[in-house]
Amino acid sequence: MLNRTAENVARATPEPLARKVRGISDKGLAWLFISPTILLLLAINIFPLFWAIYLSFTNYRANRPNEVVKNLGFANYQRILGDKDIWIAMQTTAHFVFWTILLQTLIGFTLAWLIDRKFRGHAFWTTLILVPMMLSPAVVGNFWRFLYEPQIGLFAYAISFVTGIPPTNIQMLSNVSLAPWSIIIVDTWMWTPYVMLICLAGLRSIPEYIYEAAEVDRASNWRQFWSITLPMALPFIMLAVLFRGIENFKMFDMVNLLTGGGPGSTTEVASITLKRQAFESWRTGYSSAFAIILFVAVFGLANIYVKALNKVKQR
Amino acid sequence: MSLTTAHSVVAPSANSKRIAGAIIIAYALISIVPLLWIFATSFKTPPDSIAYPPKLLFQPSLEGYCNLFTTRTRQTPEYINSLGPATDFCDETTRKRNMVIAGPSNFLPRFVNSLIIAFGSTFCAVFLGTLSAYGFSRFKVPLADDLLFFILSTRMMPPIAVAIPIYLMYRELGLSDTALGMILLYTAVNVSLAVWLLKGFIDEIPREYEEAAMIDGYTRLQAFWRTVLPQATTGIAATAIFCLIFAWNEYAFAALLTSGTAQTAPPFIPTIIGEGGQDWPAVAAGTTIFLVPILVFTILLRKQLLRGITFGAVRK
Repeated sequence: MLNRTAENVARATPEPLARKVRGISDKGLAWLFISPTILLLLAINIFPLFWAIYLSFTNYRANRPNEVVKNLGFANYQRILGDKDIWIAMQTTAHFVFWTILLQTLIGFTLAWLIDRKFRGHAFWTTLILVPMMLSPAVVGNFWRFLYEPQIGLFAYAISFVTGIPPTNIQMLSNVSLAPWSIIIVDTWMWTPYVMLICLAGLRSIPEYIYEAAEVDRASNWRQFWSITLPMALPFIMLAVLFRGIENFKMFDMVNLLTGGGPGSTTEVASITLKRQAFESWRTGYSSAFAIILFVAVFGLANIYVKALNKVKQR
Repeated sequence: MSLTTAHSVVAPSANSKRIAGAIIIAYALISIVPLLWIFATSFKTPPDSIAYPPKLLFQPSLEGYCNLFTTRTRQTPEYINSLGPATDFCDETTRKRNMVIAGPSNFLPRFVNSLIIAFGSTFCAVFLGTLSAYGFSRFKVPLADDLLFFILSTRMMPPIAVAIPIYLMYRELGLSDTALGMILLYTAVNVSLAVWLLKGFIDEIPREYEEAAMIDGYTRLQAFWRTVLPQATTGIAATAIFCLIFAWNEYAFAALLTSGTAQTAPPFIPTIIGEGGQDWPAVAAGTTIFLVPILVFTILLRKQLLRGITFGAVRK
């Protein structure tokens, strides 16, 4: 149908114009196709980014738009880098990113390694395992608050059933030392399938003949795992870590709904600090500077990491 | 990649398969429990939902769904008795709790907002993404790698960092709390995914098809319509579903940039409260309705999932 429409349009177009459309050069067409996307990104991403950079040098406050804006130079940046709370938030973020990635990689790889055995019905169970990662972290994370409720929550009940600790004592969200783990658990539950799926692709990309050759050489299973399976799946594992790392560095929705950064500021990751500064204290200039620092950090770390990843791939 | 990756010489023994299967099934079952619990809670009455120990067996009730769609006010028994007979099931259940239905809740409009914004932004992102992906795939674009990386890098920003200037910009332009504003924003976020995924799909379509069409007298544009688009439909559909899921699930932007008329379901569902705190059956009911479409899509998409979540970096 579309073809016919195109033809009709071509036929109905006056001759000189038709020649112009028909004669559009490949280069012209390339730009015609690409420019709308670039323009949209310039308007919605790049322009605001530059605005944020400008604001980061000022004392602008979004809730007082009529106040005179003063240029502060690098004062915001200096203040952030010297701010103890910011460094605590960065540590909280690092703790969160480290543990979620470690757990997700270990569990995810193990699951993939087991699924690769192709037991009967593996496709069905794999799909079932993948379900949590497709769901909205905010909506599901919100429901975990209910599961975490001491006493009436299923999680607390299950833990007390297994360990014998009275369920009223399992205060996952309000206990200072447990709250960070409550977030790590939900994140691991949700995103282990993600790592698993990428690892599975890695394991399936290993050609069979390598194992056959190893078998001929009478390499033990242990040896095969360490010398073939792991190194050959490594680029995939690293890719999964990169994606999870970036995502969890930006983590906002789940933390905001589960603990909101609390109790106190024990689970205040960088994004939560940013939200509190920007949309609760309305320190727009200051929070813009923090946003820029975060962006540079993610970008820089991701770049270094991709270089390392490419080196591993080349080996 | 062929399906027969089981290593013939080194095929896992029947025993190891059995153990692997048992562990995977156990993991799958445990990981699905929270979702089953959401589903079960949505059919509990509020007292059942907060019973100790948590109730596995209960009399199913639609009260949660009633509460999700209505707002209620507490009344004296005399007043309730003075009313006529209850008109429907929800009315009856509400009266049993000494309350009357005051009106519809905000859930339905929020859900409709989610639909409008998700479908609107998906359409725009896939439309723009298909054009750019074709451009990047078939033509020598100067600085193509840099542009592609630029498109991707827009996704590395923490959403809150993006939200600060967007908030100010939308305030100036009058786009705050409008569906149009959210569609534009989600399109911008999704277009990077769409370009990267679709470029992969279009790269896989042999150029010979278009070249043959062009020898037959078609222009480049017609060749694009006639040969590339029909062959890319699977890829476009998969990409569209990924964009749809992202826009559907998104919370951070929605929570910060919408508060009323354009608010979507994710920031709304956590705010559903009943008397004395969160009305968990109603929250569970809203969550269930919200999650079911994604479940269906996940099953439809299972073959393309890997590609989607890695921006096309891993293709199997």
